[in-house]
Amino acid sequence: MKNEDIQKAIMKALGDIAPDADLGSLRPDRDMREELDIDSMDFLNFVVALKEALGVEVPEADYEKILTVNNCIVYLAKRAG
Amino acid sequence: MAEFVMPSLGADMGEGKLVAWRKKPGDAIRRGEIIAEVETDKAAVDVECHINGVIERFLVEPGQKVPVGTVLALIRTAAEKESSLPVPPAPAAMLTEKPTPAAPVKAPAISPTAPAPTAYRPQITAAESRLRISPYAARLAAELGLSLKGMAGTGPGGAISARDVAAAASSKQSGTGSAVIPAIEADTPHVRMRRAIAASMSRSKREIPHYYLSQAIDFTTALDWVTSENGKLPVEKRMIHAVLLLKATALALREVPELNALWEDGRSVQKENIHVGAAISLRGGGLIAPALHDTDKADLAELMQRFRDLVKRGRAGKLKSSEMTDPTITVTSLGDQGVDSLFGVIYPPQVAIVGFGAPMERPWVRDGKTALRRVITATLSGDHRVTDGHQGARLLVAIDRILQEPEKLR
Repeated sequence: MKNEDIQKAIMKALGDIAPDADLGSLRPDRDMREELDIDSMDFLNFVVALKEALGVEVPEADYEKILTVNNCIVYLAKRAG
Repeated sequence: MAEFVMPSLGADMGEGKLVAWRKKPGDAIRRGEIIAEVETDKAAVDVECHINGVIERFLVEPGQKVPVGTVLALIRTAAEKESSLPVPPAPAAMLTEKPTPAAPVKAPAISPTAPAPTAYRPQITAAESRLRISPYAARLAAELGLSLKGMAGTGPGGAISARDVAAAASSKQSGTGSAVIPAIEADTPHVRMRRAIAASMSRSKREIPHYYLSQAIDFTTALDWVTSENGKLPVEKRMIHAVLLLKATALALREVPELNALWEDGRSVQKENIHVGAAISLRGGGLIAPALHDTDKADLAELMQRFRDLVKRGRAGKLKSSEMTDPTITVTSLGDQGVDSLFGVIYPPQVAIVGFGAPMERPWVRDGKTALRRVITATLSGDHRVTDGHQGARLLVAIDRILQEPEKLR
């Protein structure tokens, strides 16, 4: 899967969780929880959305590897078919 | 004939807007069924009917804003229907029974503490009300005290985005650009929400003598248990630690039922069911604390599903009236990030609020040895008219004890 497609899926998931957020100004190398003011429930929903979109189930132990958009793309690219 | 009135969906509600009827005259309705959709300053709410019967007629049209207590509909109850069966009244007699269609809506029965409907209503111009703007941008503009009038929008369809607001703010700072108006003049949902919170919290601080307690709790065992459980679960079924806090609080309330009460008619009335109100922060600012019904009786998996659903519907403005009115205590937690403790303000007519800070790594002494543990601080703000620190302390100690054996929480 292309990185652009993964990025698109990430952005769609974030847009659903934080519909009012300005995703254009999201810094891809920063913790998205702080960037978008999302809490643990939101983040869980984000992980659920990633599974639905890409078929990748992120274990809880790996949450810290997907906290920035850049890291998330790298992580998912390795695992998405 | 029973009257269905505009319900009070919280201490901060003075009036509500009838958005839509979900039933028609002539429809049978049962207790608990949704009869109407009402919008308050804090949320859109599916209002449940508390009467069994047949809807006779509606007295308020969708779109109308009326004070709490206004009669919205007349409902013929089952008893009335049965008693009228043997001798059905003549149509003419029925007619005289009913108020004439032109009858004015009943005098508003506003509670003395509710703000007058017209008080503090900021004036908005027609131009501003038609502006296309994202909620986040509106909040930002209100916070910065920026006028939206004349602000250039670069979003879809000329909508004002957060970036446009930021640009306007920086041009204001450099001495050029838009005029500044006080934030209070904007009538955004955010401002209305803030006003509703201000009303109920002012009342709480004015009327309730609060006392405050705090207890640091070793949360390591519970967190490890959640991680291990989540490792066995598909992502949709995973738990967040807040659910443990809600359940533990509910179980502790069984031991200290004095705190599971509402202040009604000048006295405390203990409630049998434990409906924990889960404080949910809304995007764009503000918060709501709808009830998780019978929190103590649900198992953790069920509670997690219901909590998720509640957060989702709460943030989308799709709560039910019973969820708004039923909480017997509130639990507020600031999540994984941020501060180590918070002291809540009691939401009237409740008599207590429990707060949890974020779990923090701390040196912790146990059995004479210092170890690194994850510690969470539980707090209680209690109504001193109802309980003392003694009972309050029992609750926090019980929560601590319950959280040490998370596997029993299931």
